[in-house]
Amino acid sequence: MNIVVCVKRVPDTETKIKIGGEGTKIDPAGVEFIISPFDEFAVEEAIRIKEKLGKGEITILSLGPADAQTIMRKAYAMGADKGTHLNDATECQDTLAEAQALAAALKGMQFDLLLFGKQAVDYDNGAVGVQVARLLNIPVVSRIIKLDVADGKATVERESDMGKEVVEVKLPAAFTAEKGLNEPRYPKLMDIMKAKKKPLEEKPAQLEAPKLTIVKMDYPPARPPGKIVGQGEESVPALVNLLKNEAKAL
Amino acid sequence: MKFDFTEEQKSMMEVGRDFAEKDILPTQEEDEKAHHFRKETFKKMAELGFFGCVIPEKYGGNETGHLCAALLTEEIARVSASWTLPFNMQMWGPAFTILNYGNEEQKEKYIPALVNGDVIGAFAITEPNSGSDVAGMGTTATETDDGYILNGQKMWISNAQTADMSLVYAYTDKAKKHKGISCFLVDMKNNPGIKTAAIETKLGLFCAPTGEIAFEDAKIPKSALLGQKGDGFKICMWQLNNTRLGCAARGVGIARGCHEHAIKYALERTQFGQPIAEFEMIQDQLALMYVEYEAARLLVLKAAYEKDQGNIGNTLSVSTAKYFAGEAAVNASGLAMKVFGSYGYSSEYPVERFFRDAKSLQTVEGTSNIQKVIIARAILSK
Ligand SMILES: Cc1cc2nc3c(=O)[nH]c(=O)nc-3n(C[C@H](O)[C@H](O)[C@H](O)COP(=O)(O)OP(=O)(O)OC[C@H]3O[C@@H](n4cnc5c(N)ncnc54)[C@H](O)[C@@H]3O)c2cc1C
Repeated sequence: MNIVVCVKRVPDTETKIKIGGEGTKIDPAGVEFIISPFDEFAVEEAIRIKEKLGKGEITILSLGPADAQTIMRKAYAMGADKGTHLNDATECQDTLAEAQALAAALKGMQFDLLLFGKQAVDYDNGAVGVQVARLLNIPVVSRIIKLDVADGKATVERESDMGKEVVEVKLPAAFTAEKGLNEPRYPKLMDIMKAKKKPLEEKPAQLEAPKLTIVKMDYPPARPPGKIVGQGEESVPALVNLLKNEAKAL
Repeated sequence: MKFDFTEEQKSMMEVGRDFAEKDILPTQEEDEKAHHFRKETFKKMAELGFFGCVIPEKYGGNETGHLCAALLTEEIARVSASWTLPFNMQMWGPAFTILNYGNEEQKEKYIPALVNGDVIGAFAITEPNSGSDVAGMGTTATETDDGYILNGQKMWISNAQTADMSLVYAYTDKAKKHKGISCFLVDMKNNPGIKTAAIETKLGLFCAPTGEIAFEDAKIPKSALLGQKGDGFKICMWQLNNTRLGCAARGVGIARGCHEHAIKYALERTQFGQPIAEFEMIQDQLALMYVEYEAARLLVLKAAYEKDQGNIGNTLSVSTAKYFAGEAAVNASGLAMKVFGSYGYSSEYPVERFFRDAKSLQTVEGTSNIQKVIIARAILSK
């Protein structure tokens, strides 16, 4: 079983994001970068499948600037075998252009499973996984919470407000990982040391001119302070009135 | 001179931080109340390789070094000081000492098992009547045809009641004074001459067991001797100069935990219509905590770095770091308690625990006074 996992470098979810680049980009100064948490679920799932089957190879594919290699090595330390870095110094924000570049690289690879996180937690578009699958003309199931592989097929589960769906798909196929799929492991110290020795190929990303550009980024508006309407039962009508007419929540 | 951490070191700190927050913190308060040493946590730390940093791959280690071990210790102590004791009880104490002084048979028997957590370790120096004055110990090892017979009592021994093996320091020849002390690798279980009891009267470090050991005609084989007869005092000082690095790193972690909690609380708590962080006197306390943490950390990193460069016997650096970090931890926890007001005095918030745990650092593995004695001796003889 050959598994390719696409991972993206994103700002640590605990960093306070600052806007830079003439108001259209996240300012990378002082920011720690991590594997997008949903991509980490995908990496963990790939390792679990490999461990269960006792064979296979896990390839990491990452499109991003030079330091995307740092997070690729984290995936290596967890248990991935090798990888390709599609270098993009421009930090492209057009998901279709990114998907095309990833699909172009994937065309040269043999795989049964192609895994993504359901979205990268930087711009939260949630588009790339599905777009890549479409470009490669393979089936895709998004936001999966369970994945079982047997006899050239995958049985997956996904959850929605309506309930649970169980889907069977012929391989090769693509999946995007939702929280709940698994609990990612900590890399062992020894594996962190060995990660540097695993093969990492670097290629320029073949990006078309973006059809989408971010024109402006803004901070969310400061939350207005809370208001104490009154105390006890007698203040309820006033509260209902404010919820209806001021907050328009009712 | 470079102040950057490598990519690997950063990854390891991240593992330490995540482990502390996800695997220790959720049960910390429960275990603290129950004085519980959670075996699963210990095993998991071992599996991740935490106790193999300074051990060669050949014996199950990962050779990531003293610096990495110190950084991990800091990350864990930031959440729980108790859970940094195993670094000393497994790795810096028994395993690393056996690596340096043991024969091949001893290395193979103990080191991999201490690293992977199959064997819980300890080291027994202190006695009811002998603490700082190591050579004042009374425990004896009398040589017989087929081994040694241990008699005496050890006190305040971390892991006494849980350990599978312990380094035990005892006199083989009292007349030779400190040159008559020897070090033994003692299997603690299934020996009718060894009895242990827990010490339940501690102020803190509740998730790390402490106890006493009584040897009553405890027979041990000849192969238990580490190094040569009479090497015990030398081995003990060498060992302490490594385990003290672990204590110092623990102090740094406690100081960091305290200042992080204090900063967060000072920004949240309002009095007189503003966050207390706006008061200059609170700012003074926060600044002081930060300065001492930062200075202690640099001393620890320097001492660890020297060891990684091969200078294991760096007593002056280690004692300086141990002294300063121990005092910094105590100061930081005291200041954090002040910042927290009444909540600092409550076991509902963690700073009270940090305060109780920090105090141990002024005593364990050589009191603050003893560190100053070592420092003064070293700088006067320069
Ligand atoms: C939680 C905990 C865990 C421990 N774990 C272990 C363990 O695993 N193994 C082990 O062997 N021991 C262990 N100890 C014991 C510890 O190492 C000793 O308590 C320590 O060495 C001090 O010895 P003491 O308590 O007998 O104090 P003493 O030596 O009696 O000292 C009493 C006071 O006199 C001062 N003093 C002594 N001599 C001098 C001097 N020359 N100059 C100036 N002042 C001096 C000391 O600084 C101290 O203030 C542990 C202790 C604690 C609290």
